[in-house]
Amino acid sequence: MSNVPSELKFLSSHEWVLIEGDVATVGVSDYAQESLGDLVFVELPEVGSVIAAGDSVAVIESVKAASDSYAPVSGEVIEVNSELEDSPERINDDPYGDGWMYRVKMEDLDEVGELLDADAYIDKIADEE
Amino acid sequence: MGKKTPLYQSHLDASAKMVDFAGWDMPIHYGSQIAEHELVRAEAGMFDVSHMTVVDVSGDDARTYLRFLLANDIAKLKTQGKALYSCMLNVSGGVVDDLIVYLLNENFYRVVINSATRDKDIAWLNQHAFKYPNLSITERDDVAMIAIQGPNACEKTLTLFGQAEQSQLQSLGRFESAGVGDFFVGRTGYTGEDGFEIMMPIDRAPRYWQQLIESGVKPCGLGARDTLRLEAGMNLYGTDMDATTSPLISGLGWTLAMSDDREFIGKQALLEEKQQGIAQQLVGLVLKGKGVLRNHLKVVTDAGDGEITSGSYSPTLRQSIALARIPAGVVGEVEVEIRNKLLKAEIVKLPFVRDGKANI
Repeated sequence: MSNVPSELKFLSSHEWVLIEGDVATVGVSDYAQESLGDLVFVELPEVGSVIAAGDSVAVIESVKAASDSYAPVSGEVIEVNSELEDSPERINDDPYGDGWMYRVKMEDLDEVGELLDADAYIDKIADEE
Repeated sequence: MGKKTPLYQSHLDASAKMVDFAGWDMPIHYGSQIAEHELVRAEAGMFDVSHMTVVDVSGDDARTYLRFLLANDIAKLKTQGKALYSCMLNVSGGVVDDLIVYLLNENFYRVVINSATRDKDIAWLNQHAFKYPNLSITERDDVAMIAIQGPNACEKTLTLFGQAEQSQLQSLGRFESAGVGDFFVGRTGYTGEDGFEIMMPIDRAPRYWQQLIESGVKPCGLGARDTLRLEAGMNLYGTDMDATTSPLISGLGWTLAMSDDREFIGKQALLEEKQQGIAQQLVGLVLKGKGVLRNHLKVVTDAGDGEITSGSYSPTLRQSIALARIPAGVVGEVEVEIRNKLLKAEIVKLPFVRDGKANI
């Protein structure tokens, strides 16, 4: 059974979001890293770029396949986890901690209401299994 | 529900992630594909390859039949137990399948073909058998096969045999095999490492697998098997070559025995292809920067476009590698189109990795 922390929000495309004030930290879920297998390369958005919810803004590649990763919220990218460049396996080892991908300064806090809560995400991955 | 090998339950017990492979439920990994890959390069790992198809070809006509059917020449097999890699071609020179044939004795050959091509291959073998009255073709679905691979694979496997059998197996060279009781042991593999491929009666397989685990050999999945064979520069049927590509454009020219007057299926087409000039080549590529080369990506060269046939991440080299079919004669650097960007890749000599050592 995958780990789904209750304090996080999720997208059905398996990104997680931690909301702190108007800053959203984004990563990929435990379920997603488990399905992808060993990660070998992560392409992150650039700091300073402005992204819109639903855009494909990152690419996560495992030995098996490349997957697009979508922005859960709109805003400016203020920080990326550059450690992932040399150590993409951090996402496998600690998807909700050291494996975070980027932080966004949100433009529209109402977008948070569109995200799945942990229970809804658990239902979503139960459907996929 | 797919077909299950005799080791299916062993895989579940070891928490394997199971996937469909050519209609079989097979383990893709047991936790980490990269860790399994590295284990085979550094120590020893084992693979359930019972899904592969084993066919025994015997009778007074077996030799003549196989010399006509295969593009490599089994007449090269001079000693009992010796193995040969060969393609089986259609009349257009396309590859029906690639296989390993072992000489068991003068009138008895064992052929190991791919699982994904099983039905097509069996039909092909039978279709060409009618001209040979003294020929018997028997599919051996009563055997399981385990491949133990890695620098310590032979040593760890030998501990499971008795003294007399050990010395018999110790004397096996690469690409040699021997029957040991109801086991058939070949010093062959698909990883670029030393090791054995062992066939045994189906009901013996689960216990033997367990004994191998106890002697320190860990199970590895088909995921690692694929990255290992790619690093070893070995083709995968259906991916790097198929019925529409000849061995000459698939890096398999070395497997063709066509300098004498022996006739074999596809020979005429190969001679014509050579005469007209071989248009393409299968090469190894190493990606210069970050990213991962994938199957079917476009390769841009000065002489025209090509395509990646197998691309992945190389755990040994810690960068991405690929086999690619590109115009003949191109050397040096090419570009690969990944998500609308052109990234530089270098053409390198195969294999990328052999016996644990990087050649790059």
